[in-house]
Amino acid sequence: MSSYHSNRISKLATGIAGFDAIAKGGLPEGRTTLIAGSAGSAKTVFAVQFLAEGIRQFDQHGVFVTFEEAPADIRRNMASLGWDIAAWEAAGCWAFVDASPLPGEAEVIAGAYDLGALLARIEVAVNRVGARRLAMDSLGSLFSHFENHALIRNELFRISAALKLMNITAIMTAERTQEYGDISRYGVEEFVVDNVMILRNVLDGEKRRRTVELLKFRGTEHQKGEYPLTVLPGQGIVVIPLSAIELKQRSSNTRLTSGSRELDAMCGGGFFRDSIILVSGATGCGKTLITTEFAASGASGDERCLFLAFEESRDQLTRNATGWGKNFEDLESRGLLRVIATYPETMGLEDHLIAIKMAIDEFQPNRVAVDSLSALERVSTVKGYREFVIGLTSFIKHREIAGLFTSTTPRLIGGESITEAHISTITDSIILLRYVEMFGEITRGITVLKMRGSAHDKEIREFSIDANGMHIGKAFRNVTGILSGHPRHVEPQEIGRLNALFVNHNEA
Amino acid sequence: MNKYLLKLYITGCTPQSERAISNLYRICEAEMQGQFEVQIIDVLQSPELAEKDRIIATPTLIKDLPQPLRRIIGDLSDVERVLRGLDIEQIHGQP
Repeated sequence: MSSYHSNRISKLATGIAGFDAIAKGGLPEGRTTLIAGSAGSAKTVFAVQFLAEGIRQFDQHGVFVTFEEAPADIRRNMASLGWDIAAWEAAGCWAFVDASPLPGEAEVIAGAYDLGALLARIEVAVNRVGARRLAMDSLGSLFSHFENHALIRNELFRISAALKLMNITAIMTAERTQEYGDISRYGVEEFVVDNVMILRNVLDGEKRRRTVELLKFRGTEHQKGEYPLTVLPGQGIVVIPLSAIELKQRSSNTRLTSGSRELDAMCGGGFFRDSIILVSGATGCGKTLITTEFAASGASGDERCLFLAFEESRDQLTRNATGWGKNFEDLESRGLLRVIATYPETMGLEDHLIAIKMAIDEFQPNRVAVDSLSALERVSTVKGYREFVIGLTSFIKHREIAGLFTSTTPRLIGGESITEAHISTITDSIILLRYVEMFGEITRGITVLKMRGSAHDKEIREFSIDANGMHIGKAFRNVTGILSGHPRHVEPQEIGRLNALFVNHNEA
Repeated sequence: MNKYLLKLYITGCTPQSERAISNLYRICEAEMQGQFEVQIIDVLQSPELAEKDRIIATPTLIKDLPQPLRRIIGDLSDVERVLRGLDIEQIHGQP
């Protein structure tokens, strides 16, 4: 109960992944929080999960008051998310208060009434299971059931006051008619609760995007703004607390090999262990090869690599690797490599991020290679993509994993891409691969544009590919304008003459 | 005529509950010619019955018999609506 000495409202951890991070600890304890959301914004899932995680993680029992769906429907619908409500009911951890409408029964209002019976039933259920948590879903059907809305608001206020006395942490869900506008349909938030959060399911550039926003947590701290969330089978809601991620990654001086001695030399001795490396280049100029070398080279030091492919199939990648003298099948059977090839379109970016995180947690790699990151651009909005990239890079760095991402530039010669614009400031190293056209021939060039915390080769070198993999040769001489896509050959005599001019000028 | 079987749910002995009880008996005696049986259920005493009948608001009157089942919510002060809810045709005023 509340302490005499402190007026601070403590928080109750919900146990919903990522949510407690943005709520700075959880929901205000012993209070009622309103969850407003449009149809399909996962309000019921949140309400059920609030109780489910309480039982699973904290041994806190719960009461579920349903105004809309019958308990049998909720039990059945939530089974796909991995929650066995019937078992919890049998174990005395969960109680339903069924206030769902009776089908086909006409009801007449003939005089004054209140919701005393509902409150009494809630109190009985709370005492029966020893509940610490309660969820009411959803208030909209209560308001459509009884036409005296002022009375219903008043009764809800009475119920939430009674819950406060019992020190129950509660959530109520309510409908919204539009994603941005009035908080809830019946003005519940102004009268009933101190705490309001909004679940959204917004159509943004033909993509559905789910978010959660904590609008107000009276008297306590929370993160502002909208945070992406996703609903996963077997897991429920997962909130992605992007900007709540702190920049507290440690920096390591340990180097690891890129798989090519020449490239290591260009980078001043190899990549740093917890760094993010971006390899940018047009199609076919060697990005997958660099990724393959990076993935296979850890094996000699018993390092594991997770290879996430979004452009090519497993078979294609394995065949390519064989062509360059790397045996992926052998590495996979020894547990040093895992190749996961998926089409970007199979799911939304939030789900990709969570699938990647789960794969990393399970495989515990030392290296993660993504080929290509830019392929994921097309399944998301620009904002969603930026959040994804930030979420992925910070997750990788936290685990002291080296990440190598590739980005395909839209133009064959020269070029930049959205990926680079969003990711270049968070990467530690950038390697550019570029086609160079000279004397009617196409050759490839490679340069290390950025190498955070280390000296590196600043020249553009020739890059060739054969059956043994990649080779980095001499620096281009007498050529300017490679990066801008307009290489121009400069005659040696011309250089000498310019130098001479420069010297003369100085002496003059 | 068919016998009426009625259940009246109340929550505690509040003025509202008492009003509902007296209104109910007045209507029954006026309209049902002794052919009625009334059960008063206090939700605080028998929450399991309220759970079974999914009572949210009180007072709630349930007409179990004769069929069809009917629910009337409120303190039954609006007699006209109560009678309509109980499917009792008003014969008053007819010759």
